[in-house]
Amino acid sequence: MTRDTNIGGASGRFPATHWSAVLAARSDDPAERSRALEAIAAAYWKPIYKYVRIRWSKPTEDAKDLTQDFFAKLFEKEYLDAFDPAKARLRTFLRVCADRFVANEAKAATRLKRGGGAAHLSLDFDAAENELQRAGPHLQLVASPESTDDFLEKEFIRSLFGIVVERLRSECDSRGKQIHFRLFEIYDLEGDGGRKASYADLAKEFQIAPTDVTNYLAFARREFRRIALDCLREMTASEDEFRREARALLGVVPE
Amino acid sequence: MNWLSDEAIARLQTASALPDLAGTRYRLIGRVGSGGMGTVYLAEDSALGRRVALKIIDLPELRADLSARLLREAQILARLEHPGIVPVHDAGTLADGRVFYAMKFVEGERLDIRAKRIETIPDRLRIFQRICEAVAFAHAHGILHRDLKPENIMVGPFGEVLVMDWGVAKILREDPAAQEDHAGIPTERSQNAPTETKPLKTAHGTVLGTAGYMAPEQARGEIASLDERADIYSLGAILRFLLSGKQPAAGEERLNRLNNESAPLAAAGSAPKAVAAISQKAMAEDRASRYASVSDLANDIARYLDGSPVSAYPENVFQKTGRWATRYRVAIGLVLAYLIVRALLLLWLRR
Repeated sequence: MTRDTNIGGASGRFPATHWSAVLAARSDDPAERSRALEAIAAAYWKPIYKYVRIRWSKPTEDAKDLTQDFFAKLFEKEYLDAFDPAKARLRTFLRVCADRFVANEAKAATRLKRGGGAAHLSLDFDAAENELQRAGPHLQLVASPESTDDFLEKEFIRSLFGIVVERLRSECDSRGKQIHFRLFEIYDLEGDGGRKASYADLAKEFQIAPTDVTNYLAFARREFRRIALDCLREMTASEDEFRREARALLGVVPE
Repeated sequence: MNWLSDEAIARLQTASALPDLAGTRYRLIGRVGSGGMGTVYLAEDSALGRRVALKIIDLPELRADLSARLLREAQILARLEHPGIVPVHDAGTLADGRVFYAMKFVEGERLDIRAKRIETIPDRLRIFQRICEAVAFAHAHGILHRDLKPENIMVGPFGEVLVMDWGVAKILREDPAAQEDHAGIPTERSQNAPTETKPLKTAHGTVLGTAGYMAPEQARGEIASLDERADIYSLGAILRFLLSGKQPAAGEERLNRLNNESAPLAAAGSAPKAVAAISQKAMAEDRASRYASVSDLANDIARYLDGSPVSAYPENVFQKTGRWATRYRVAIGLVLAYLIVRALLLLWLRR
């Protein structure tokens, strides 16, 4: 298991309290500000990288540089100070900023070497590129400008859930609940298109009672939900925005 | 980090939205539907081996005010033991922090759907009478429903009628008979009643109640002064729906209707004028002109079904005669038949 990035969520640096990275990004305290921006970058760098690759048809290397530069500028230029949660969602705001940034970069014929003097993030672009290749057909989604928000939303959810799953794994490890996580992984994360293992099969495999499978899975899902809500709260600036996002991401059961 | 497929994301979203029933006596069977405050699920009560409906606050609604309101609804339902009001069995908080209550699972249809298959007006009126009985019972216990509409009425397979969704009910006064047992239910006044005259709003900023079925004073947000006559207006609107099959007008449309006095009767479709007049009286803009109580409204319906004059519809002599003839048509028919047979017999004897 590799880490995508050395910043933010996967390493368990998301606090479990109701802390908003979006609000903290405007803090006067440099340490708080830096922590907030890292958390935002952790959730959004992959969606933005994929967006630049697909929507702007940028080659891999250019997209990597642009993504690095974009987040460096986001930190340096205090773009987030202009973000108003009442007017737009954070990912829409970031998408508009990214569009502007890429367009300006394209205009600059003689650009300075990217990243010079700016904060450098350690991002696992190979992993992002692999994901992009695996996604295949749904890349068409971003062919039209109207669908860009859908694409970003989908990628944001993928990125956020990825962070949540890693944090859940880390918490289960530290609490000696590796079987809980493994059951969750087998039952909820794996087995696309294939036959799902029954609770009885899982109980046999892990040498536990079938009722334990039910309880372990319930525990893992409950923790997943809790961590997802914590992360979502970090990525939102107001109670209303949090509730809207939570409803969109977690609150609707498909009919 | 492993890449999460679209299928895995969908599974995680579904698993996250479902209530966590671990540690309870309930086993989830499926989802029934969503309302303003939460979602209703079908579950099995493993202790008693029966199916129940669980009303559970939605995941993002982990707010104290909504949780308190759901519990308050459960307490109100527990206080209203009546065949026309869904009984509540249990209430509490799930492991994931969501507040829930368990109630009888009602297998039936919503009135707005069922009404299309009820052919005769008397049959519709008999259902309406049962709604009135439940609401009158609640009023007698000091509780206003405030969101009466066909969508909140369930009609069971044996014709039983249940008034559902008491989530925005208002406690007018403590029930003296129940005070000792239920002294803990917070009234709206003490909990979240606005002190000014403005619409009572939910956390989502919407006025409580449903346009078209909401009394004008309720739509204006005069919450503190609402009384039983607000529910009587809604009952009048339900009656109109039962007569015409159409949703009643709301807002501007209603004001236009006020300028056209014949419109309310027309809105009741081809219904008998006396029943249309009952609906019109219940839906009077000025609440002083409405029925004083649900019992008065129900009595007028009973009188109509019995062929007696109704208080809402003053009759002229022809209408009285027509109604009298309709009411006693069997007796009149028998007398007429007797007279005709007798006349024929006399004629035959004379020959």
